[in-house]
Amino acid sequence: MSNTIRLEDLTLGYERHPAVHHLSGAFVSGTMTAVVGPNGAGKSTLLKGLLGLMRPLSGRVVLSGVRQQQLACLPQQVMLEPDFPITALEVAMMGHWRQVGLWRAMGKERRGTAMAALAQVGLAGFEQRWVSSLSSGQRQRLLFARLIVEDAPVILLDEPFTAMDDRTMTDLLAVVQQWHQGGRTIIAVLHDLEQVRRYFPETLLLARHALAWGNTAAALSAANLEQARCMSEAWNSYGLPCTQGAA
Amino acid sequence: MTFYDYIIQPFAEFAFMRRALAACLAVALGCAPVGVFLTLRRMSLMGDALSHAILPGVAAGYLLAGLSLPVMAAGGMIAGAGTALLSGAVSRFTLLREDATFAAFQIVSLAAGVTLLSMRGGNVDLMHLLFGSVLAVDDASLLLIALVTSLSLSVLAIIYRPLIIDCFDPGYLRRGGGGWHAIFLALTVLNLVAAFQALGSLMAIGVMMLPAVAARFWARTVAGVMAVAVVIAALSGGAGLLLSWHHQLPSGPAIVLTAGVCLLFSVMMGKRGSLWARFGPYGHHYSEGRSN
Repeated sequence: MSNTIRLEDLTLGYERHPAVHHLSGAFVSGTMTAVVGPNGAGKSTLLKGLLGLMRPLSGRVVLSGVRQQQLACLPQQVMLEPDFPITALEVAMMGHWRQVGLWRAMGKERRGTAMAALAQVGLAGFEQRWVSSLSSGQRQRLLFARLIVEDAPVILLDEPFTAMDDRTMTDLLAVVQQWHQGGRTIIAVLHDLEQVRRYFPETLLLARHALAWGNTAAALSAANLEQARCMSEAWNSYGLPCTQGAA
Repeated sequence: MTFYDYIIQPFAEFAFMRRALAACLAVALGCAPVGVFLTLRRMSLMGDALSHAILPGVAAGYLLAGLSLPVMAAGGMIAGAGTALLSGAVSRFTLLREDATFAAFQIVSLAAGVTLLSMRGGNVDLMHLLFGSVLAVDDASLLLIALVTSLSLSVLAIIYRPLIIDCFDPGYLRRGGGGWHAIFLALTVLNLVAAFQALGSLMAIGVMMLPAVAARFWARTVAGVMAVAVVIAALSGGAGLLLSWHHQLPSGPAIVLTAGVCLLFSVMMGKRGSLWARFGPYGHHYSEGRSN
């Protein structure tokens, strides 16, 4: 099924200061896009905007062929309750939530999907382990397993490999590539340009506004990257009201 | 005094003691699971604040209709729900965080409640409302408590999944989380109003929180913690009633103190995470990590 996330002159921000400025373009069905840019460029803000967690200051996000609830997301910092008495399998099975809701049974089949997802991320044998006893790498693997179970057509990842060791990163990157081959749309905020060049066909280079959006090699040209580096992170509280796009 | 005299006879002989016991068991069944979720959500203090928030409503009911439990319960419900909504709104739309707003509402509510109560009636009524009285549990209030417990257990069973998800990973339900949270807060208020009938408004939170906290030392799973919490709450209720009967103590504090003793014992001797488990004669386990 084809789906598109279209941004129409999207401006998102905090306290009327834009973090994403007049962004237009589209994430087309089945593409795998890296969102790259300096800290404060509005990458995480953009994901929040896509999820509908922030109301745009202007412009809009248009979803076609996919509903907002069908966007799966792995935030940058998942605030898991550290001591919560819950097993790895139970967390993976949370991925079924949007399908089972309050009433439908979890059943053997859904349990099976969750077990398979755990195996896919290298957590076979950890099903009954308490989450509180997992390392941070294992926890990230577990969250990926939950994403696999969610079986969403569009997957948003916010710095999914930060602070992961090589092996975890390789394993999880393989999962992402499998998603891509399965025709899912992937939007991932990343910092490792080498990784982006190797694995991500498309790149959105963001510095509040889009410096480039398209083929990775072209988007990550030396000139574009230099421009991104120049982006000032400072907020200008006394900035003049923006007139771009005004009638 | 024989075992029979102390434990059985008060309940065998007096109908109001049986009613009070039934009320305590029902309150235990309803409150303890809610308390477990409050602790899991790190909302113990908010539960405390809510329990005080029902007092002005109870007091208003008392001013209107005297010691009529249904009217006071209705007042308590309205005040509790109002406070929860209002402090939710204040923390969403202003710079105050939720814990700060709850803390502010709590003390103001308590002051308002006591002021209203002292406008009419003597200290005896005030003591009853604040600290509970076994004599106060009549058929109507027993029915109300049973109703609240049934409703609360059913609703908790229905919203169990999203509640667990929202406790463990608050961001996961995204916008959906707020609705479940509101239902849960409503259940908390309902149970506090039910518990207030037997325990008094200042003590109601005790039967919700103390067993829930103590139970974490004995069970590992959420369901297990709930089961243990219900047992502790029920035992404290029965034992507290007897203490209150034999030694002419107000029932609320007697029950809460019993639950407090259970907690103290659990902290010291509980199966997991207790002082005994930490400093007792155990070594630690070690095995080479499995490769994967």
